[in-house]
Amino acid sequence: MHAFNYEAPSTLADALKIMKAHGDKARPICGGTDLLIQMRAGVRQPDFIVDIKRIKEMRELKFNARTGLRLGAVVSCIDVAENAEMQRHYPGLTEAAHLIGSLQIQNRASVGGNLCNGSPAADTTPALIALRARGRIVGPRSEREVPVEEFVVSPGRTILKPGELLVQLMIPAPAPHSSDAYLRFIPRNEMDIAVVGVGASVTLNGDTIKAARIGLGAVAATPLFADKASESLIGKKLDEHALATAARLASEQASPIDDMRGTAEYRIHVTGVLTRRALTIATERARKH
Amino acid sequence: MAKKTLVEANINGEVVEFLCEPRQSLLECLRDVLELTGSKEGCLTGDCGACSVLVDGRAVCSCLMLGVEAQGKNIRTVEGLADGTTLHPLQQKFLEHASLQCGICTPGFLMSATALLERNSNPTEAEVRYALAGNLCRCTGYDKIVRAVLDAAGSIRSGVKTSRAA
Ligand SMILES: Cc1cc2nc3c(=O)[nH]c(=O)nc-3n(C[C@H](O)[C@H](O)[C@H](O)COP(=O)(O)OP(=O)(O)OC[C@H]3O[C@@H](n4cnc5c(N)ncnc54)[C@H](O)[C@@H]3O)c2cc1C
Ligand code: FES
Ligand code: FES
Repeated sequence: MHAFNYEAPSTLADALKIMKAHGDKARPICGGTDLLIQMRAGVRQPDFIVDIKRIKEMRELKFNARTGLRLGAVVSCIDVAENAEMQRHYPGLTEAAHLIGSLQIQNRASVGGNLCNGSPAADTTPALIALRARGRIVGPRSEREVPVEEFVVSPGRTILKPGELLVQLMIPAPAPHSSDAYLRFIPRNEMDIAVVGVGASVTLNGDTIKAARIGLGAVAATPLFADKASESLIGKKLDEHALATAARLASEQASPIDDMRGTAEYRIHVTGVLTRRALTIATERARKH
Repeated sequence: MAKKTLVEANINGEVVEFLCEPRQSLLECLRDVLELTGSKEGCLTGDCGACSVLVDGRAVCSCLMLGVEAQGKNIRTVEGLADGTTLHPLQQKFLEHASLQCGICTPGFLMSATALLERNSNPTEAEVRYALAGNLCRCTGYDKIVRAVLDAAGSIRSGVKTSRAA
């Protein structure tokens, strides 16, 4: 790896100051599971690495039944996956976190880093989209909140400007009778990049779907919010017809590439299959809440 | 040029201070600076697990962590497993079950298995396989390794009973 300087500030203010002083030559590091590989490959060559893991508000994982979840950007995937409150209120997000790489990777990788890396195939992003998550972004002089589906603009590129940090992810409290699920398809059991990933969340009113959101991964240049498929479910019962419609609309929104993991045609088909299954699981879970 | 940084960490039960450049991975620091060459370099991309060490009790790939990030951490490597000349039950069972050939992957497997057994001393075979999914072996096949870990879990459990009875 090329030479660089490293600092590990303990406050957000200090981190922002360092980031600002070094402009686009500075880069935050969280788990490093993407960044160090990119640096070793020469894809990124920052002169300054800012370790953000000691910053208090970024380490928080706080659930409140009224205001929802505040998930600090540096919380590791394993801490999300093994958290009992998270498993109960946002099971789909814990499933996504638990699918990332191996335990060695989950122990270091963060959900925030998964989003900031900007991969179209990032597993936690579709799960976050399904949960209506927003990212709280803080820059040297500004602060904004952005829906997760607007975060990634093209493969590896996000809306973050130099000097800005994702501080927290905010997820609304689950409404009564709601739940979520995440499924991905890979050619083997462990350790592979998603061919398709689908996150779904459902809120029921009796047997009727009151709200639904579907997030798609690995089937376009960015993770997607499948708005048409989601809207098609509102006011319906989750019967065969509603599932078929949602699956078709989700597939229509997918615009994947061909690669060694799967052809575009195959990915479009699997998008529909996983949409059905994720919706079915989320709905079964919502009935128990 | 980036200047060297002083890092203080607890490594295998001893507080150690070492100097490293920010660009040196924890794996490089362990092997080249501290001369703890048990942890092996395989892929440098987090895929093979040969470099696995425990950081604050969790298995991580030391190739994907900077040495400077070890500041204040509790790190355990394969060198810290045996108690003097007495092998750790996992090491003993790897020998008995012939769970290694070339041995390059072995330190990583031992550390991942240690992390598992310290959390769950009675794992199922599926749990063992899941915990070891981030470690690759090209020589042995995984069955012997899994059997050794399950057997070691048994001897750790019965060891606990004996010392309680004593
Ligand atoms: C072997 C292996 C297997 C993997 N398997 C999967 C998988 O199955 N599914 C999957 O989705 N991913 C997988 N990954 C990718 C990776 O683990 C994830 O993307 C991870 O979640 C990134 O988090 P991190 O904390 O390690 O980020 P880092 O590598 O530290 O950072 C990633 C990028 O985001 C930036 N960044 C990080 N945090 C912030 C912040 N708070 N604000 C602004 N910018 C920030 C960094 O500068 C960097 O550019 C795998 C990686 C490896 C090595
Ligand atoms: S060398 Fe670190 S995982 Fe392969
Ligand atoms: S014994 Fe050779 S790689 Fe496992």
